[in-house]
Amino acid sequence: MRKRNVWWIAPAMLLLMLSTGVLADEATPAAAPTAKIDTGDTSWVLISSAMVMLMTPGLAFFYGGLVRRKNYLNVLMQCMIILAVLSIQWVVIGYSLSFAPGSKWIGGLQWMMLKGVGLEPYADYSTTIPHQAFMVFQMMFAVITPALIIGAFAERMKFSAFLIFTVLWATFVYDPVAHWVWGMGGILRNLGALDFAGGTVVHINAGIAALVTALVIGKRKSVDKHPIPPHSLPFSVLGAALLWFGWFGFNAGSALGANGIAVNAFVVTHTAAAAAALTWALIDWRIHGAPTMLGTISGAVGGLVAITPAAGFVGVGSAIIIGVMVSVFCFLAVSWLKPRFGYDDSLDAFGVHGIGGFWGALATGLFASKAINPAGADGLFFGNPKQFVIQLAASLVTVVYAFIITLILYKVVDLFIGVRVSDKEEAMGLDVTQHNERAYTALE
Amino acid sequence: MKLVIAIIQPHRLEEVKEALYKAEVNLITVSEVFGHGRQGGVTEVYRGFKETGNLLRKIRLEIAVNDSFVDPTIKAITQGARTGEIGDGKIFVLDLEQCVRIRTGEKGSAAIG
Repeated sequence: MRKRNVWWIAPAMLLLMLSTGVLADEATPAAAPTAKIDTGDTSWVLISSAMVMLMTPGLAFFYGGLVRRKNYLNVLMQCMIILAVLSIQWVVIGYSLSFAPGSKWIGGLQWMMLKGVGLEPYADYSTTIPHQAFMVFQMMFAVITPALIIGAFAERMKFSAFLIFTVLWATFVYDPVAHWVWGMGGILRNLGALDFAGGTVVHINAGIAALVTALVIGKRKSVDKHPIPPHSLPFSVLGAALLWFGWFGFNAGSALGANGIAVNAFVVTHTAAAAAALTWALIDWRIHGAPTMLGTISGAVGGLVAITPAAGFVGVGSAIIIGVMVSVFCFLAVSWLKPRFGYDDSLDAFGVHGIGGFWGALATGLFASKAINPAGADGLFFGNPKQFVIQLAASLVTVVYAFIITLILYKVVDLFIGVRVSDKEEAMGLDVTQHNERAYTALE
Repeated sequence: MKLVIAIIQPHRLEEVKEALYKAEVNLITVSEVFGHGRQGGVTEVYRGFKETGNLLRKIRLEIAVNDSFVDPTIKAITQGARTGEIGDGKIFVLDLEQCVRIRTGEKGSAAIG
């Protein structure tokens, strides 16, 4: 079998990233400290960063268990290489594009190579933790978001194309949207949109990218003939458990301090995940005659997705409603919407993250309460319908932007090197054809 | 009665199954086996060490048929499994002495279909 030699892509991309930023690589004292570092807050944010880091390998197992065994390593590899390559992208340019002072659409370039991102607090983002702690916490979000999209094109994307697409997507979709929502002066932040831990930036964004890539890459070859069963659900359960654990860092860590809001986020995150897991199991039981393991973990992940934007603004009662409803919506998306529209979102990245993220963003506009978080806002059910409209607008802007730019990036990569593997490579599996390895040995 | 045994490439299984169903051969047993013919195995790389000559994954089909179905079965398997490259596999046809359906106790040709 002839293969196109694309080994040079990785070092070339690294060089490209470095060449844009290496000149700026010098130690600089941070901005003048306006506040005092709090050791408790800093500890919690560092631990949270490590927990969010663990979510990417967790996602690898969650997705890896769902694919056929001939593609298992490819999915693990996609997640692990994202952890490597996007961590570099983040310190070189990603953090600057997302969070440096700039226009309302994109951050500036002055923080490339973390120039000026020091060990004192940067008051615009947090007054009690070192600026670099905030940076590294955000890095883990920038890593896992593109990894979520893998679920849509799993089992049929060329590894080289995947690598290039991922770096482009992080730079041209994730970084700008992160700036809109979280960056100082960002357009959606100024609009008053609430997104506590990334429902819009992470889940709607990745979910829409998933829908686009699933639509344009086309179906897996045998998917119309028979359903493709997961090769090892126990691995998916392991992955879901790691995601659930890491999500406490994701949501409670987003309080950026060891404080009451963090505790609230922790409690509602767990409550929503539990409610959603239970609901999906019950729906399965009722409709398909048995409560399934896959349904239960899908529900748990859906619940975690939906509570993400709301975690710092809602109480437990709202969390239960958000969790129950997300399982209903996601179940409809994967078992009713998907077959009718005929796209092959292999592992339901859109069905769970897109739909769940959209519901979460809207639910924040319904259930947010200043009684929980005075720095937030009241939602529709607490007498402020305007917040719901703002949430809807912010979500739709993200949907439209993510849809268009993802489509363009995909087409560009497809034009230059081709995105999809050959039919034979797809049939043989991506482990052997893309990586020269196998997940499971033959006999021993 | 004949027993048709075929060793084919795993990635051609779908096509072979389809061809067999079209030829109205609906009863097959499939197992995963390891081995290699002339192409001599695959190369895998682990931390820089190449392992050559590894046994390849293959699929083994066993199909018991009445005499009139032997040729259509062979034709269907060949059609589904052939790519023209080394490693497409082989078909063996053996005489089948007896066949018993366990549920009813039927014997011979009646038990096959």
